[in-house]
Amino acid sequence: MRPPLVLLALTLGCASGAARPAQAPAPAASALAAPARTATSDSSSVDRPQYPSTYQRHPNPPVLIRNATIMTAAGQEIAGGSIYFKDGRIVAVGTKIDAPPPDAVVVDGTGRYVTPGLIDEHSHLGVYAAPGTDAESDGNEATNPVTAEVWAEHSFWPQDPQIPLAIAGGITTIQALPGSANLIGGRSAILRLIPARTVQAMKFPGAHYGLKMACGENPKRVYGQKGGPSTRMGNMAGYRGAFIQAEGYRRRWDKWNSDPKGDPPDRNLKLESLAEVLRGDIYVQNHCYRADEMANMLDLGREFGFRIRSFHHAVEAYKIRDLLAAAGTGAAVWADWWGFKEEAMDGIKENAALLQQAGVRVNIHSDDPSGIQRLNQEAAKAMYAGMRAGIAVTRDQAIRWVTANPAWALGLDSLTGTLEPGKIADVVVWSGDPFSVYSRAIQVYNDGWLVYDRTDPAHQPRTDFQLGQTPAAGGGGRKDR
Amino acid sequence: MIAFLLAQTIAITGGTVYPVSGPKIANATVLIRDGKIAAVGTSVAVPSDATRIDATGKWVTPGLIDGAGQMGLVEIGAVAGTREALLKGDTIAASFNVAEGINPASVVIPVTRIEGVTTVLAVPAGNLVSGQAVLIDLAGNTIEEMLVKSPVGIVLNDSETGKDFAGGSRAALVERVRRVFRDALEYERRRADFGRAQLRSLSAAAADLEALLPVLHGQEPLIAYANRRSDIESALRLAREFKLKLVLAGAQEGWQIAGEIVQAGVPVLVEPLDNIPSYDALGIRYENAGLLAKAGVKVALMETDTHNSRNLRQQAGNAVAYGMTWDQALRAVTLSPAEIFGVADRYGSLEPGKVANVVVWSADPFEFATGVEHVLIRGKEIPLRSRQTELFERYRQLPPAY
Repeated sequence: MRPPLVLLALTLGCASGAARPAQAPAPAASALAAPARTATSDSSSVDRPQYPSTYQRHPNPPVLIRNATIMTAAGQEIAGGSIYFKDGRIVAVGTKIDAPPPDAVVVDGTGRYVTPGLIDEHSHLGVYAAPGTDAESDGNEATNPVTAEVWAEHSFWPQDPQIPLAIAGGITTIQALPGSANLIGGRSAILRLIPARTVQAMKFPGAHYGLKMACGENPKRVYGQKGGPSTRMGNMAGYRGAFIQAEGYRRRWDKWNSDPKGDPPDRNLKLESLAEVLRGDIYVQNHCYRADEMANMLDLGREFGFRIRSFHHAVEAYKIRDLLAAAGTGAAVWADWWGFKEEAMDGIKENAALLQQAGVRVNIHSDDPSGIQRLNQEAAKAMYAGMRAGIAVTRDQAIRWVTANPAWALGLDSLTGTLEPGKIADVVVWSGDPFSVYSRAIQVYNDGWLVYDRTDPAHQPRTDFQLGQTPAAGGGGRKDR
Repeated sequence: MIAFLLAQTIAITGGTVYPVSGPKIANATVLIRDGKIAAVGTSVAVPSDATRIDATGKWVTPGLIDGAGQMGLVEIGAVAGTREALLKGDTIAASFNVAEGINPASVVIPVTRIEGVTTVLAVPAGNLVSGQAVLIDLAGNTIEEMLVKSPVGIVLNDSETGKDFAGGSRAALVERVRRVFRDALEYERRRADFGRAQLRSLSAAAADLEALLPVLHGQEPLIAYANRRSDIESALRLAREFKLKLVLAGAQEGWQIAGEIVQAGVPVLVEPLDNIPSYDALGIRYENAGLLAKAGVKVALMETDTHNSRNLRQQAGNAVAYGMTWDQALRAVTLSPAEIFGVADRYGSLEPGKVANVVVWSADPFEFATGVEHVLIRGKEIPLRSRQTELFERYRQLPPAY
């Protein structure tokens, strides 16, 4: 068993750590220097735990998958390869693995492919749950253009019947985001995609919260007749006003943290989230379509001293791929969505490949309960579109678009996203090449737990919502053909 | 901006030809003359003046037919000024034929056809009776040039959204449709009385009742979008009562009553990658297309996202992954929709006399690795260019050359 989760979170936070890649902006010294005041890695202005993860790894015997094609997402595609994992950690990957201990489950991988668990950097599962009525519409707190105080986890419904569908598509981790009605929509939730009673039991220990921000048409449309912003310049002024307030808030707290005399400053949930962005502990996850707007947002980050972690949707990212590469900002894109609104008119299928070529950390996201079930297919489309256009994209790079790169975008790349010894055993066994339209996930291991098995109804989780529906559909009782 | 080459004789040689109407033929020639297929086979004599397209190692199929979407009717989803598919203010919009709303200059058209979809159904949206769907080829400078068949059928919205136009109850929806159908027949019998204003008030405008008559005489299909099993059964009931030629669309819970659908002889338009449960179809699942086909239902596939109609082949590939045979899936995007839309005498297969909508693929059309090498619509090769290829070329190197 791994250490209790609060401890783990503390460890990661104080070690400036394992989960924090080198390129991330360094957290402000004062935030880390205040001992014992930091309850979690990303809530340094309070001295109490805030909705801490209660995630526990599910016990599973050790597993050895043999004679498969292993796509490590770390540079290798190993034919006739094996992978061995135990207690939620990958122990060995390669062509020669010692005989497994007698308690290990041996999976014949002949003809199969194995990849890391897929990670969707942009999902609204749980916050826009099926069956999609107003009662489950919990993704946009569209009452104010800046709602940095709301947390997606407080909307998340673990019984969303879309969750087992996404699991069956090989997804092991998601970022569940607020919607894009607001300039600043609130905190995201980084979740292990497993059946659970509570969102706390899904929260990925040590993950960095994201802060959802949105450019362009959506905030303008929602607030244009409700007091603004009604223009793109109004959008920019809205972000700037919010971060100016956050700078003052952070200053007051930093001062008090370094010299705690008298009453602490008043807490303000909205500014607390924004101050954590300024400290580099919360990552900005920015819905933004147009190239010129992304350039403005990069400058916004420079104005306030933070780096935007990732632009989402980013259909015009290819136009400014040099700027993104220089800024160290990632891009989460679709393979081929376009045309549903004006800011999406310039989408091209080579977007991901051009970004990859320019050195941008690109990933393929879904933003969609249907697309999340086939992120591998979407990556395949984007990869082959690039190859056909003469851009040298490798299979390893393309599998990273749905594994290692989104792991980086969530600050989890030292923990998951590749098949390497020491990484968390988030593992998918595919019926064939995951870049073929005919392949499907056969087994999904989340932290070493066999959470889904297409050939075994005993490992096909169903939500409470699905019970009693006649005849059963949507995930239960299916056999592989 | 469609650069047609002049009509001519074209020979596609050396490829593996999938005529759909028969088994595949290795190393075959498809000969095209004056927009039509002249010959298909291994011993076709190629005239010396023919333009040759070498398809050695390639796969040759009919152009794909998407049984859904608003091609030419919606340019930008969020911009009302570019949307033409919905008639507001008339819930029984039977006389609303979308053809004259089609924009032949839509940039969506080249994006779609260069990926192998050559023909699509353009479908009206909303209301209880949405209007008349038309079939178009994705080439031509005018609406007239594009039209393959108009109307193909009248669209009924027999679903959760349709009932909003019938007082908010499924029971009222079916009864309202029944009244409209009866009134149409009454109107037909007593046109003269109607003209003299001696007929009681009817439940829809005269033009709409008139438009329904070909459907009520079984000359034109009623295309009923219905997903919940009980809604599908309502559509089947209406079809029995009025002896309609019914086509089901959506049919997300159709797999539950595949036998009934087969028995009724009703074909179905399915979107394979639909599986998100809603109260309109809690029993929705990926296996729907495969289970219907296995039961013997004639299935055609849809990609309902107009801007990504090009993903019809991904839909087909997934239909195979979830139970259709590959041959069934190819038929479901070529000959079956042609049959369902009443144009199989001209479309859907590679046979002499048929319209030469032909695609040469680098390999299996359903696979992501496969690219489109040549597209011919009505016997003319289409340049593989679109607004998207132009954007790519512009930004291939930075900074772009404006």
